Amino acid sequence: MIDFQGVSKAYDGVLAIDRLDLHIAKGELVVLIGPSGSGKSTALKLINRMLDHDSGRILFEGREIYSFDVRDLRRRMGYAIQSVGLFPHWTVERNIATVPHLLGWPAARIADRVTELLTLFHLEPALYRQRYPHQLSGGQQQRIGVARALAADPAVLLMDEPFGALDPVTRAALQLELKRIHQSFGKTIVLVTHDIDEALLLADKIVLLDQGRVVQIGTPLALLAQPASEFVPDFFGRADLGIKLLSLKPVAALVRPGPAAPGSPSVINSATLREAVASLAAHCVAVLNVVDAHNTVLGSLHAADVFAPERHG
Amino acid sequence: MAEPVMVADRSAGRSARRSVWAGLLQDRLLWVLALLLALSYGLPHLHAVMAALFPAQQRPVYLQEPLATLLWQHIALVLVSSAAATLLGSAAGVAVSRRAGQAFRPMLESIATTGQTLPPIAVLALAVPMVGFGELPALIALALYGLLPVLQATLAGLAGVPQAVLESARAMGLSARQVLWQVEVPLALPVWLAGVRSSVIINIGTAAIASTVGAKTLGSPIIVGLSGFNTAYVLQGAVLVGLLAVATDMAFERLAQRLAWQV
Repeated sequence: MIDFQGVSKAYDGVLAIDRLDLHIAKGELVVLIGPSGSGKSTALKLINRMLDHDSGRILFEGREIYSFDVRDLRRRMGYAIQSVGLFPHWTVERNIATVPHLLGWPAARIADRVTELLTLFHLEPALYRQRYPHQLSGGQQQRIGVARALAADPAVLLMDEPFGALDPVTRAALQLELKRIHQSFGKTIVLVTHDIDEALLLADKIVLLDQGRVVQIGTPLALLAQPASEFVPDFFGRADLGIKLLSLKPVAALVRPGPAAPGSPSVINSATLREAVASLAAHCVAVLNVVDAHNTVLGSLHAADVFAPERHG
Repeated sequence: MAEPVMVADRSAGRSARRSVWAGLLQDRLLWVLALLLALSYGLPHLHAVMAALFPAQQRPVYLQEPLATLLWQHIALVLVSSAAATLLGSAAGVAVSRRAGQAFRPMLESIATTGQTLPPIAVLALAVPMVGFGELPALIALALYGLLPVLQATLAGLAGVPQAVLESARAMGLSARQVLWQVEVPLALPVWLAGVRSSVIINIGTAAIASTVGAKTLGSPIIVGLSGFNTAYVLQGAVLVGLLAVATDMAFERLAQRLAWQV
């Protein structure tokens, strides 16, 4: 879908991106992460030509991005940023309709699409479509921002720290919504963040950058379990690396089938081992009952299994 | 069955008409305008009243030209000069806020500021040797004088458009022209309008001084009155200029409320 081939970009002689090679497959959720100044935002902005690179090539659907008309290229890529940037003089409906309007969709189709997107983000269409951005909360504004980016069903969604300015509760809710949307529509998403937990939660593939260079590309598990250099565990936090690893593994893998252990607290099988260990520690027990979404007991989870390396690979 | 409905309709129509009249009666702008017109057309016929107010004056009412004619000439002079100032100031402001025109921004700003430091009477005096006496030097001086508030407001309005909004607009695939007309102009409009408002109000006052170079305005009775020690003349001109400025300001206030995109 998107290919970086030896791409470099300098600001006033200082390299922000140094010979970046990166392949982003269709339907992948790729997270660009790194410390500030690592070039992660720059890399994102090169894709829709908000910035121009100095050397190398970037391909979109197999074609060099400079062979597209720049407006056409941008209309095919959704764009959501931390400060949202909704048009304050337009209603929610007109904001979401920005790109469909540019593409000349008929009014009825635009109205239907707005209804669809508001529903997708759990905002009652009748209540919200005529509101103005300043009448919305921060979380609602960012939902509209993402809805606007998705409006014309773009091939790619580019997101620059989209949830960075939100409170933790709203951020977690929106992360789950994004995950749900990605899973149900299979859209290619490139997301920039400096929030490690966000990256581990959302990414199919993490690209860890430092000073404009790729340190490691891989699944969240690969980065934590097989770090390419000392920088990787340093960045992800050496102290709670084990906890982070647990957050990538589901309870379901370690369930011992059997009847409920009387008196033990229970945990849902879709939870992560991190949540299970938190529950074990909170209740000072060694065994949890594992239940499914309907509260049917599936078996038990033993603390010993969590900490036995051979049980999870 | 049809009859009661018609009666109800008629009475509803009557009460709607009554509330329209009530609304008009409470409209301060209309009262100021009515007073302005009444004085402009009526003062020449109020010889007895003015004579009573100014018993020392032999000619207490300004009759050299009809005040109403002076009012319309004053308005025309302000309209033409302010239109020129607004067009030029806005166009220049937009031009130097584009990437291509950025180099000219400091130069333009210093020219406009220098223009504003000259007193209006000096600008008028400088224009006379170049174009002679009459309406033309007044027009030139007023247009130049009204330029700076519009230019500054245009620049401030455009600078006030949030960066994130501009970035989003570009990233959505709006062309430079679409960004300007669909995003920057509507968002800058309230600030811009405030600049046009002060430009026009300044010009209404300055146009009175333009009588010194031969333009016929509401300043004529003031100038004639000052040189002839006739305070009655001065008062007539000053009251009318003041009322015109107040009415214009109220009209702008109303327009500003219409244009506000944010509560």
